Amino acid sequence: MSAIETRSLRKVYPAPAAPKRRGRSGAPPGMGPPPVPTGAATMPRGEIVALDSLDLEVRDGEFFGLLGPNGAGKTTTIGILTTRVTPTSGSAVVGGADVATQAVRVRQRIGVVPQRPNPDRSLNAIENLLFHAAYFGIPASASQPRANQLLEQLGISDKAYAKVDEMSGGQQQRLMIARALIHEPQVIFLDEPTVGLDPQTRLSLWDILRELHADGRTIVMTTHYMEEADKLCDRIAIVDRGQLLELDTPEALKERAPGGTLVEMSLSGDASAVIDAVRAVDGVLRVEAQGQLLRVFSDRGGRVISPVIQTTEDRGVSVTNISLTEPSLETLFVSRTGRKLD
Amino acid sequence: MTATATAPPAITHSQSHRVRASSVFLALLRRDVRVARKEIVFFLVRTTMQPLLFVVVFGYLLPKMNFVQAGYQTALLPGILAVSLSLSAIQSVALPMVQDFGWTKEIEDRLLAPVSTQLIAGEKIVAGMLQGVIAAAFVLPLARLVMGPISGFTFSHVGELVAIVVLGSFAFSSLGMWLGTAIAPQQIGLMFSVIIAPMLFFGCAYYPWRGLDAVPIMKYVVLVNPMVYIAEGMRGALTPDVPHMPLPVVGIALVIISVFFWKLGMRSFYKRAIG
Repeated sequence: MSAIETRSLRKVYPAPAAPKRRGRSGAPPGMGPPPVPTGAATMPRGEIVALDSLDLEVRDGEFFGLLGPNGAGKTTTIGILTTRVTPTSGSAVVGGADVATQAVRVRQRIGVVPQRPNPDRSLNAIENLLFHAAYFGIPASASQPRANQLLEQLGISDKAYAKVDEMSGGQQQRLMIARALIHEPQVIFLDEPTVGLDPQTRLSLWDILRELHADGRTIVMTTHYMEEADKLCDRIAIVDRGQLLELDTPEALKERAPGGTLVEMSLSGDASAVIDAVRAVDGVLRVEAQGQLLRVFSDRGGRVISPVIQTTEDRGVSVTNISLTEPSLETLFVSRTGRKLD
Repeated sequence: MTATATAPPAITHSQSHRVRASSVFLALLRRDVRVARKEIVFFLVRTTMQPLLFVVVFGYLLPKMNFVQAGYQTALLPGILAVSLSLSAIQSVALPMVQDFGWTKEIEDRLLAPVSTQLIAGEKIVAGMLQGVIAAAFVLPLARLVMGPISGFTFSHVGELVAIVVLGSFAFSSLGMWLGTAIAPQQIGLMFSVIIAPMLFFGCAYYPWRGLDAVPIMKYVVLVNPMVYIAEGMRGALTPDVPHMPLPVVGIALVIISVFFWKLGMRSFYKRAIG
């Protein structure tokens, strides 16, 4: 059975209002700042296509990753699946209920961890959990022990009666995870849960997410960190410009990545002028040119750098910058989209 | 981080039963009451300071100096109560809305509750009405204390009073919902000087509407001001001897105003809540 299914999901935001700005009514609410979809296509009238016909299926109990750069449509996708954004067209079913026509039933089955912690600042930490449970019809007698246990499990039980303003960013993010779990949802959505966290807190969040997954919950997480998606997810959907580019297990995706190390070079001139010559260099598997950017896939690691530089300079083009990336989701992403993740 | 071996106690409740909208509504209301209780002193100072200062100057000092006619206090007190009620109903909804939908998006946890978005907005309006009534109830004894006995002041028309209070607080709470969701946070100060202040001064709160017979143009211009109807309604219910607008007219006007602001407020809330 699938926990989530979307068909031809599409979201077009109206053109941003002219200088006269009244509030932020054009902004999609909820999941942090509006996803100014830098990568998204812009329509003739200035409309912004955040999602362009997205078909996804997330299985029950799966840890599913939505990977893509900022503006790829990840947050819009989560917004639609959590009933907070209305799709322009297409359909989405979460936990067996339609997000458009059965929003209330969908909300009953989901827990959401936002990109930026948004606790109720008028309440203390444990009140945040108890009231959230009450909004789901759970009496205090049932939610109190569970709230205590969640705070304990997430390592913030000493902050139970603290004002949320007195908690650190990492602690607030854990509180958001506890809040998303207090009503025992079937599906948990996490929107870039580790952005802005220090490395240690990030690792401990990974542990928490692994535990949740081991409990058999369906987890949908967006991220633009390759490593995070690779280490945590059962399957990963790579999205860019509102479209699904790849969908598979991390292992299968990595196998699909173009062979060899990616050597990216910024040139002083047009890269297409040297592409044929570079292709003939020993150890070069594939070459792509994009403006002044030359991408060389090498099966000899960085040892091709020297002959490639020689080749380009022979043609009057010098190399201004070089970067190396081992074969990974990142190289697959670059080869599919022509740009890096962040 | 300690990973406890025992699973948290499972709550199957939320999945197996459809959550009753009424219980969610009460939970939302309980939350607002909890928050309001924590801030009760600030709330009362914020919403009743202005009317109370008016009571001191116009209800005590000027009569003492014989600058106003006898009977002015009788016309003033219902107006002061109307101001307290409406001002605090507006603020009790508009200010939290600005904060909730602002940078922190604090309202998110409530928007994820398994009830319709309209119910969440409706609860906020009810909470605003309650705070409006509390403010008016707080001002009444203090005003009475400052002004001394008010001739012609009566609680005998309880039915009319309740109807005016419910309709009036609903209308202004809904107006607060609209203002709080439609105005940009950085312009909220402007709301007080451009909308609230003229509404107070031209709302027949500090003088009866019939007194404007002296300035006929004003008498009809002020009819666009919703404050007029609640102030006149309060007069009709609490000091029926002071010349006032007929209560049926007041009632009809308040119903129309309520529906108008409710629709505006709901539409604006929904627009902010759902992208």
